Amino acid sequence: MVDFTGIKVKTMKIAVLSGKGGTGKTLISVNLARAIGDAHYIDCDIEEPNGHLFFNPNIQNTENITVKLPVIDHDKCTACRKCVDICRFNALAMIGNKVKVFDMICHSCGACSLLCPEKAITEIDNRIGYIQHGMSKNVKVSSGFMDIGIANGIPLIKNLLKESKDSKESVIDCPPGSACSVMESIQNADYCILVAEPSIFGAHNLQMVYDLVKMFKKKHGVVLNKIMDGINPSEDFCKQHSLPIIASIPFDQDIAKTNSNGEIIVETDTKYKELFDQIFLKIKEEVKK
Amino acid sequence: MKQLLILSGKGGTGKTTIASAFIKLTEAKAFADCDVDAPNLHLLMPQDYQAVKSDFYGLDKANIDQDKCSACNLCYEHCRFDAIIKSDNSYSVDYFACEGCALCYEICPANAISMQKCVIGDLELFKSDIVFSTAKLRMGNGNSGLLVTEVKKQMKDNKLESTDLAIIDGSPGIGCPVIASLSGVDLVLIVTEPSISGMSDLKRIVQTSQKLQAKPAVCINKFDTNLEVSVKIESYCQKENLTFVGIIPYDEQVIKAVNMGKNIIDYDCKASHAIKDVFKNTIKHL
Repeated sequence: MVDFTGIKVKTMKIAVLSGKGGTGKTLISVNLARAIGDAHYIDCDIEEPNGHLFFNPNIQNTENITVKLPVIDHDKCTACRKCVDICRFNALAMIGNKVKVFDMICHSCGACSLLCPEKAITEIDNRIGYIQHGMSKNVKVSSGFMDIGIANGIPLIKNLLKESKDSKESVIDCPPGSACSVMESIQNADYCILVAEPSIFGAHNLQMVYDLVKMFKKKHGVVLNKIMDGINPSEDFCKQHSLPIIASIPFDQDIAKTNSNGEIIVETDTKYKELFDQIFLKIKEEVKK
Repeated sequence: MKQLLILSGKGGTGKTTIASAFIKLTEAKAFADCDVDAPNLHLLMPQDYQAVKSDFYGLDKANIDQDKCSACNLCYEHCRFDAIIKSDNSYSVDYFACEGCALCYEICPANAISMQKCVIGDLELFKSDIVFSTAKLRMGNGNSGLLVTEVKKQMKDNKLESTDLAIIDGSPGIGCPVIASLSGVDLVLIVTEPSISGMSDLKRIVQTSQKLQAKPAVCINKFDTNLEVSVKIESYCQKENLTFVGIIPYDEQVIKAVNMGKNIIDYDCKASHAIKDVFKNTIKHL
């Protein structure tokens, strides 16, 4: 990005995560990207990608993502069992005198094809999903879609994040949880937004992602979402651990409805446009510190 | 023993609330939380809940002995997971990136690489007149499918002979832990919500269950938050010939109950009445 003086300014990568599902990660990511305007929205929730439903981008390109799968040449195979023995994932088995590959368990490590003494194993490309890039006004929208029945979508996330090395501010919509896919998604983030809802479930899962961002020494702040009257265990958690709260969004039937219809609330309500502008300003200040 | 798995695709639709209600309604003697990325069911267990804990080992991970390493670069070249870190001609393993394939261990000409045991999760087993199995994947780890399989095994190994129904709370998404939780179950109850995101995720989880030969049934939670989309979901179920087991209204009592560590079934409210109906319909299909 170039500022008004023509000097190149470093753009930020903002990751949005939550531990628990359904707290409003996509709501926050989509609206933040739209409020920023000239932004790149990256949907790393490749198992259930939903951001594109809000942006309806003009698709500019679609790219299949593949991993390697071993194929046995039974004419060359001497049934020596080497591949079966070395495969730590048990993705190869000897059935009768024939080696069988279990595609769904294979991690595509390449050990079997590399170590087969008869060179009887070659590899083919196997699609695990696709990524899609498009534009919605001036927001670039990139999403990953994991195919049904595929266990591991990490290569999709890696590919998506390769694309984020461009000139726009990026907002990364992470998968739920705190496992490998989330870690991959926040790896190069400059700032992490932790979205939490006001329940003991919300607070428990907030703790998990808080531990994760602490471990990776990421700058972070919390957005309390769907706030209602009564106790808010997530807010209590923030206070106990001196976690900065960058925004509090009350539960609002109107937001719920607008959002459930796939509309973007900063476009329909100026109150929310101001709120998300504020969130972005706060993040910019935090990242500068 | 029949097994009922509760899934949703999209997170936050109410899986755990419904699972806990069902556990109470069936007086289920065996249940498990397979959402090992973000387990919450134990938060609704009684105060005196005390579980036996054990470590769960994933696949062994590589470790490089710096004294033996000849810096030949072979491991770095061949690792498909970018798990070998190279700095100034010294090589080490990125613990989180390593998937434990052992390719580096097999090819290292200096025998400098060993495979070491790694705890990737913490299992918990609660056993009294009921059996409750749960686990938490340690931060940043992969292979959650292995841990899910172990949670289910722990439940099955410890259940009483007479137990005829197990209820399993699943995880969001359609990947590794969900696929592992689907194996061997008799029915999958999919809890969806009326939003375009919920509907898109519903379709993906239905296809995933069908691909793994598990029979799905669908209910809509918080149906009255968007009636138009609820109608669309119902007609999608009809078109796809999916078993539809009912609707549950939005009810603030649910979050209040959760925050007090209480079961929604213990309240006389519109959500609890509807959950009871959904339960009756679901059981018919088991």
